[in-house]
Amino acid sequence: MGEVIEVNGPIVTIRQPGIRNGEQVKIGRMNLIGEVIHLREKDALVQVYESTESLHPGEQVEGLGHPLTVELGPGLLGQIFDGVQRPLDKIMQMSGEHISRGLEISALDRERVWHYLPDPEIVVGKRLRGGEILGTVMETESIEHRVLAPPDCSGEIIEHAPEGDYCIDEIIVRLRLDDGPIESLKMYHHWPVRQPRPYHSRASSGLPLITGQRILDTFFPMLKGGKAAVPGPFGAGKTIVQQQIARWANADIVLYVGCGERGNELVEILQTFPKLTDPYTGRSLMERTFLVANTSNMPVVAREASIYVGVTMAEYYRDQGYDVVMVADSTSRWAEALREVAGRLGQMPVEEGYPAYLASRLAAFYERAGTVNTLAGNHGSVSLIGAVSPPGGDFSEPVTSHTKEIIRTFWALSKPLADARHYPAVSWLESFTDYAERAAIWWSENVSQQWGLRRQQALSLLAEADELERIVNLVGPEALSSSQRWVLESSGLIKEAVLQQNALDPVDSYCSPEKQFQLLDLVLRYHKSGGELIGLGVPVEQLIELEFGVGLKRLKSTVTNEDLSPLEDYALKIRQCFDAMRVEYSNDSGAAS
Amino acid sequence: MSELEYRKVSSIHGALMFLKGVEGVGLGDRVAIRDKDGRRRNGQVIRTSREVVLVQVFEGTDSLDLENTWVRFLDQPFELALSPDLLGRNFNGIGEPRDDRPPIISSLRRNVNGSPVNPAARAYPREFIQTGISTIDGLNSLVRGQKLPVFSGSGLPHNRLAAQIVRQARLPGDSSNFVIVFAAMGVSFSDARFFEHEFESSGVLRNVVMFINLANDPPMERLILPRTALTAAEYLAYELDHHVLVVITDMTNYAEALREVATEKGDVPSRKGYPGYLYSDLAEIYERAGRLRDRHGSITMIPILSMPSDDITHPIPDLSGYITEGQIVLSRELHSKSVYPPVNVPPSLSRLMKDGIGKDDTREDHPRVASQLYASYTRALEARNLASIIGSEELSERDRRYLEFADHFESSFVRQGADEERNIIETLDLAWALLSLLPPSALSRVSEEDLHKYHSWDGSS
Repeated sequence: MGEVIEVNGPIVTIRQPGIRNGEQVKIGRMNLIGEVIHLREKDALVQVYESTESLHPGEQVEGLGHPLTVELGPGLLGQIFDGVQRPLDKIMQMSGEHISRGLEISALDRERVWHYLPDPEIVVGKRLRGGEILGTVMETESIEHRVLAPPDCSGEIIEHAPEGDYCIDEIIVRLRLDDGPIESLKMYHHWPVRQPRPYHSRASSGLPLITGQRILDTFFPMLKGGKAAVPGPFGAGKTIVQQQIARWANADIVLYVGCGERGNELVEILQTFPKLTDPYTGRSLMERTFLVANTSNMPVVAREASIYVGVTMAEYYRDQGYDVVMVADSTSRWAEALREVAGRLGQMPVEEGYPAYLASRLAAFYERAGTVNTLAGNHGSVSLIGAVSPPGGDFSEPVTSHTKEIIRTFWALSKPLADARHYPAVSWLESFTDYAERAAIWWSENVSQQWGLRRQQALSLLAEADELERIVNLVGPEALSSSQRWVLESSGLIKEAVLQQNALDPVDSYCSPEKQFQLLDLVLRYHKSGGELIGLGVPVEQLIELEFGVGLKRLKSTVTNEDLSPLEDYALKIRQCFDAMRVEYSNDSGAAS
Repeated sequence: MSELEYRKVSSIHGALMFLKGVEGVGLGDRVAIRDKDGRRRNGQVIRTSREVVLVQVFEGTDSLDLENTWVRFLDQPFELALSPDLLGRNFNGIGEPRDDRPPIISSLRRNVNGSPVNPAARAYPREFIQTGISTIDGLNSLVRGQKLPVFSGSGLPHNRLAAQIVRQARLPGDSSNFVIVFAAMGVSFSDARFFEHEFESSGVLRNVVMFINLANDPPMERLILPRTALTAAEYLAYELDHHVLVVITDMTNYAEALREVATEKGDVPSRKGYPGYLYSDLAEIYERAGRLRDRHGSITMIPILSMPSDDITHPIPDLSGYITEGQIVLSRELHSKSVYPPVNVPPSLSRLMKDGIGKDDTREDHPRVASQLYASYTRALEARNLASIIGSEELSERDRRYLEFADHFESSFVRQGADEERNIIETLDLAWALLSLLPPSALSRVSEEDLHKYHSWDGSS
């Protein structure tokens, strides 16, 4: 037993000989849980996951002998956990509407019975390697949970439970470890959160992560196993973008980590997801989703832990051979938690009070994304998507700028777009992706060979229009030529008919890759044939007055993913009208010459 | 413990007092201080170790000395006594009466810091509150349990706006009124008087609890005042089943007091000298708004903060905006054009609006009309910008229409009287009257049915 020496906010100095760095400790009468982060001569500095109010110097401290770990096994999906993996509904049963301190609750339900189906290959006498699949249980109606051997144990199987109903605390496999002793395996195991889970090797991924959001999938695609950031000032719609990804991404498992954000946002997910249907399986979205919540009013230190707790659980499902998406909202709050702890430790601040290790911590976190060949011999991936909340919307601040160097897809949100209620407010000028070429392979095989070309055309059109708008703002629209005005008109169409997408509209909320391509294709074809007419001498005003634009802008919310034929009908309507004009104007010019 | 009185102050530093040789004091404990003239002050332990205890003194440390200051550690956190008698009373930041009436006596006492609400216990706010103000109801709707701040600047009429909201806020079709918790930090006497007068003249004084710290009251008390006020609000909402509207003004004064103490403690500053934990600290206050699943009452919060030099990227509005569920931003430009309320529409936002409006709550076209007004007004501001460069004569026909739209939008939709109460249907009809200045082809955010039903276009496009 040791004792408390000093209490300084969430940092408690304790004196306990022999305690190790990273070890969990239980502090005082209130049984607060913390983690040793620094050793200084005889003293250890502990960051405490709960409020330290009323803690006295002199209270007792007990080292728990292990680092911060999570429980990994069936029963995680559909749950909402706090930053140190305690289920929030269990907390509510124990302490009511407010979270009291010192509650010890395990993550997985000990009472719940699972129907276990042993893997026929895992038989007595066989050598078991770490990370192998022992058997399966149906965790939800749509997700099969593959029960894994802990990655760090191997030996000869001497007993394997038959098919049947078990609680997670029952032993399902016994094995003789290589060095002799007998080890009993259950349906779950523990893993330290700050240590990435091992895999066989890294694999390359070529599959895009489809989110059903046109600006993301078509313009700035990301791959499964990729890393992306969504920076934006407040009110730019970060949360909606993140929630849309969590809803519609074509992943097997989605983990939403609410890190230092609003409580009501998590409630919204908890209340809406069970009612939404996964477009890929047709089942309730909640069956593949789980959440980690450390809201902004919950203790800061657990916020730092929540990101690691989340990514470790994501890796666990990856190791079962699933594509996992982890959405973290927001990594800035996590960085601020680092900063707060660093400040209390008296570490030298470098930029805006952040410690020097900010960049390396961020890089190490995002490095846990990736597609791997698992120890069990299949493929899995973790895609990481982190929101960034730059103070004042300034992307040059440390968290945004360091993140930008690490990630490969950058979905920059813009305040002016959000102010005009152009959602998602992803800026086509500031965003970037490194994955476009790899994604193009999938799109040309599955949707259209024209995809890469169309994407390029649209991006150049938008860039050109941006230049022209600058000119208009200096000298007025009269200075532009007809074809330049047509560029402005068409780029406006791309923005409103393609880029804008209404998350609240049942039709428009999810847009299939096929519809994404066809909408863009339609607008670009309209632009091209309109441009030809202008070349023949048709006044640009006349084209605009045809009012095809308004119709095009409505297609996204009237044409469903299931039936895209109205798009073709509309294209036909435009073509007929344009053809007639072409004949008229060719004749005119023919007559004139 | 609480019987012992120490005289061990080793140094005094701004509002902080260091004591040596006091053992076993808990973090956050309440401290009673007596100076040589017998005057009493209140403090709180903000850091504790076996060697040194650091106490923050709410009333300041003026005229304290090292030898003749007696300190008593009460071994308990700051608590507020709670009873229905709170209503109609006026307190200071630590819950002592300011109205010459006796203190509240009750066996029910709560730690003013509260404890975090379990997100799993929350109910999602979705009941539309009609404030009678078009820019709020129509474009940035408030719902019960929301925290929607007013971002203002010095000299702007945020107090009038807040008073109007307090006076007019109600649920359509529900006669029950809000109970009001008014928390004022560092406000001038005349501002405090203005609100008292407002409450009096609208006859709601019996349903108001006031917590007031004036500009010349001790600044440290501002750190605890919003917590005290919210403890009262939670009691009224969750135990007495009231719907509570909390008005907090001015969060900027709160943040400045926090910076003052942080600097004295030697905390590492982040932006503009504010401590790195300003975000978490503000969140502890703002996140106490909301609804709980199994409780009848609710806490709706309207914090007011003045943006230093009207800068919305200043840490106080910036961090607030990341926590609150939207913001109503006031504009100096509109104010100087004598538009009241001078709500700057583009940067204003209500995040919870989407679930509180529409078919069953307000009217089916509401979400699309709001989106269309935003889009059209932003477009109109671009046209106005262009006009200021090239002159309005040079504008295209369509841009001139937009100019006209912008002017009418500001003079008839944004502007309204300080006593004018427009119900939501009036607001939406007004919106359509404005949209009718624009041709149907310019309105792609509304549906064709909406156009058919509400749009009256007589000109040619």
